[in-house]
Amino acid sequence: MLAGYGLLIVYSAGRTDVPTIVATIWLRQLIWLTLGITCAILIFRVSPRLLEWATPYVYGIAIFVLLLTLFFGTGAGTAAGTHSWIGISKLRGQPAEFAKLAVILMLARWLAERREPPATLRELVYPGAITLAPFLLVVLQPDLGSAIVFVAILFSMLYWAGTKPGMLLLLASPVIGLILAFSTAVWGAWIVLLFVLLLWLRPYVWEGLAVMLANIVMGVIALPFWRHLAPYQQNRLLAFLNPEADPRSTGWHIIQSKVAIGSGGWFGKGFTHGTQKRLAFLPAQHTDFIFPIVGEELGFAGVVVALTLFAMLLFVLIRVARRATDTFSSFCVFGIAGMLFAHIVENVGMAVNLMPVTGIPLPFFSYGGSFLITCALAIGISLRVAWESRAHGYADHSQ
Amino acid sequence: MSRLSPYQQDVRVRAARLLVWTAITIIGVAYFRTQILDHSKYELQSESNRLRQVTLPAPRGVITDRHGKIIAENVPGYTVALLPVPEPEMRRRLDSLAPFVHLGRADIDRLLQRFHRTPYQSLVVLSDAPFEVVSALEERRIQFPGLVTQTEPKRHYPDSTAVAHLVGLVGEVTDQDLAGHRSTMLRLGDLIGKDGLERAYDDTLRGSDGVRYVEVNAVGYVVREAGAAPGLLAESGDTVRTTIDLDLQRYVASVFPPNMRGAVVALEPSTGAILALYSSPGYNPNAFVGGVSPEYWRALNASPDHPLLDRAVQARYPPGSTWKLAIASMALKRGVATMRTRMLIPCRGGLQYGDRFFRCWNAEGHGSLTLEQAIAQSCDVYFYQLGLKLGLTSLIEDGNAWGFRAKTGVDLPGELAAIFPSGPEYFDRLYGARHWTSAVTLNLAIGQGENSQTLLNMVRLYQMLASDGRSRTPYLVHPTEEPGVDLGLNPQQLAGLRQAMINVVERGTARGARIGDLKIAGKTATSQNPQGPSHGWFIGFAPAEQPAIVVGAVIEFARHGSTVAPLVTRVIAHYLGADTTMARYEYRLPADTAPRETRVLGAPPGDSLTDSTRAPAIP
Repeated sequence: MLAGYGLLIVYSAGRTDVPTIVATIWLRQLIWLTLGITCAILIFRVSPRLLEWATPYVYGIAIFVLLLTLFFGTGAGTAAGTHSWIGISKLRGQPAEFAKLAVILMLARWLAERREPPATLRELVYPGAITLAPFLLVVLQPDLGSAIVFVAILFSMLYWAGTKPGMLLLLASPVIGLILAFSTAVWGAWIVLLFVLLLWLRPYVWEGLAVMLANIVMGVIALPFWRHLAPYQQNRLLAFLNPEADPRSTGWHIIQSKVAIGSGGWFGKGFTHGTQKRLAFLPAQHTDFIFPIVGEELGFAGVVVALTLFAMLLFVLIRVARRATDTFSSFCVFGIAGMLFAHIVENVGMAVNLMPVTGIPLPFFSYGGSFLITCALAIGISLRVAWESRAHGYADHSQ
Repeated sequence: MSRLSPYQQDVRVRAARLLVWTAITIIGVAYFRTQILDHSKYELQSESNRLRQVTLPAPRGVITDRHGKIIAENVPGYTVALLPVPEPEMRRRLDSLAPFVHLGRADIDRLLQRFHRTPYQSLVVLSDAPFEVVSALEERRIQFPGLVTQTEPKRHYPDSTAVAHLVGLVGEVTDQDLAGHRSTMLRLGDLIGKDGLERAYDDTLRGSDGVRYVEVNAVGYVVREAGAAPGLLAESGDTVRTTIDLDLQRYVASVFPPNMRGAVVALEPSTGAILALYSSPGYNPNAFVGGVSPEYWRALNASPDHPLLDRAVQARYPPGSTWKLAIASMALKRGVATMRTRMLIPCRGGLQYGDRFFRCWNAEGHGSLTLEQAIAQSCDVYFYQLGLKLGLTSLIEDGNAWGFRAKTGVDLPGELAAIFPSGPEYFDRLYGARHWTSAVTLNLAIGQGENSQTLLNMVRLYQMLASDGRSRTPYLVHPTEEPGVDLGLNPQQLAGLRQAMINVVERGTARGARIGDLKIAGKTATSQNPQGPSHGWFIGFAPAEQPAIVVGAVIEFARHGSTVAPLVTRVIAHYLGADTTMARYEYRLPADTAPRETRVLGAPPGDSLTDSTRAPAIP
């Protein structure tokens, strides 16, 4: 298991060199990686008990830093128009990445303390609030991609805690209602479906009313909300629906990304020989659109290998969560799996237009110190949990 | 693991795994579709993304003279071009380029106009850039996205103006060219021959353009010039070897009186091969290479001299007295006269015909002359009567049969057909039936009236006289297979005519043009021109016994052909290797064509002379 992680990290280290041969970025990424491994080893030494104790402070700091970012953040030159970076003298980072970890820890702590899985919507208010605070702060940055990751973390952890899927659906219903509100007929059908769902799940009456009300409100505000979205966010969503509509600006990313991937064929153009990448047709090729390079240079084979490795990682994480010796650790690891899963699906999916374009990095691949360290920390925690469960001698499992 | 039952956990683990599997599979399928199924589509896009096509113009074939001397060749030139981008962007790029390549506002507009027509091709900004400009641009390459500089073969005519009308000129393809051209290989922006040999043999001369690909990055900078993708080498056009004697052509250009309009044609009587073809004033064909400057083009078109006109084949002049040899040939062929025949009325300076008095150029009169003497003296009165004896119908019939109402068929573009009546009905149409008299015959007999010939067509007549009486279609590259026309004269008759023409130079109207002991036969003419002073003609050949060259010249407004005969004899002498140093450039020759007829009122209708509408042909 350890070897598997190590292999993946080394593999990803090798892969991070791919996009940045032209510049010296890969060297910096190597430094970040070293730093990340150091962090992972450090956190590996930390007991989950200590972690659990420190969780509220970590969370508090994360929220505080996010607030700071909102007021003093800079675009840092990379993503113009956003305020997702914070710089303390020469040290700069994206606090949103760390906040994800903080949210995982906080949710894990709260869920672990509870005896029963949250069964009613009212009981979901508190975890919802834990997530909502950083979610709103990140949305205001604005960074929709990271915000969605928070939601994914919340849902995966609630699920792991044993919340009924129907309940999760009710929680998610306002958002779904928001999306469907663009077509009146579909929205009407959704409201009917929701009503049936409410009758079936039998929540408290006022809860059901609240859900219905929330959905109706969402349906009403959907169009004003759409207008409120930043134009680039609108464009990204529209481009997702039809990338060819505006091939020069918004659809550009998707088209070029697909061209890069598509031109790769079975085995690609060869390592470092991707023409799309080399000639800078790919936007953000070292961060968000790193996966098309895998597709272009290593072909479908490379993609399959990468996807397999990611799948293995996720399975391993799920298994670790399953075998964790205590609930806090278990929730932590599953939350981490949920976070990584959201990142992978979103990042890899957007490259082939399965997902709308959001600036969200691919774990272990994309260049970016904050997220790499976040991932390293996450892996470090998982390793610690795995180590502890192994030390317990697989008390109640055999596989 | 206190409160989470293992069973429920296992269910959730399975569900979670299933979710991961589903997601990964969906993504995998999406990648499979993109990478494997749509691979070719995206590969093409990727290639076209990074590669831009740049045309490698093929060098045009070389044009040489008969001895292989270069008339038209290619020299390396530099072009500066911009890769195609949307028009507003192109304007910006041109603006930023302008100070380095000295482009004005108007130039940029002109370039954009051209780009508008061919928006998918590189825009050639400078087609003949000086090396300093190219190197300056290369140094600042980073400032100019989409900039491509390359060496391209540039058409060059070493003899410039001397061969201008011969080679014609090259220019960019226009829409009309595309519509009219047989070949579909042409694209806008290609260079094709627009006139002269360049046009006549364009298919041979034009090679096939090559193509090369340059690699560009997303912002349009050329990052790799060579080896980006396999291109196609340009194939040079074929060499065209002409019959021109470049040395003679140069000589003609050097001795042609400066600032005069006219043309000179020299050809081989036995074959019809054109040795020299010169028209004045000329132009600089090199100025058209890579796009003629608007100023030069305007100047050429505005000039009253019409320098672009090839006066050897594209201008018609009344043949004047040079035509008398045609009348003499007709008369001899039809047996109407022999070289010794005298006319009824001796020349007293004119001829009363009907109520009109037709004058001879020599008001003093020539007296009674034989045909031979009449040719030497170019006596109009003699030919008036010969024409009447021949008859209008025969005259027109033979004129048509001998190609005086047609083109020579020379392999040059834009040749004009000569103007000549198709038959007596022509005059009915012109003046109305019964509203014209045999007076037209008199005019036709001395090369005036409804008769306009190109220089080349008249030279063809003398080519027939200088050879065996049969015409050879004049040509520059390929002789035609078509059989020529035959004057139908026997060798004695031909020899007689030649002797008469020798006398023209020895002691006739072109006495002063003699050069050494060279026996030159020829005929002068001063053809009347309603626009101004008469045009001067001289067509001659030598050596008279075994002619090796026929040279004809026409000079507009030359007044009495004073400069024409010496010009022609010098050209002949030069060709035959005779010494021309002592020859005079100008000699006052008599105007040998009668002034326009004057009407003498009250004169009795002429009954002594009638038009024998049809003379019997020789059986």
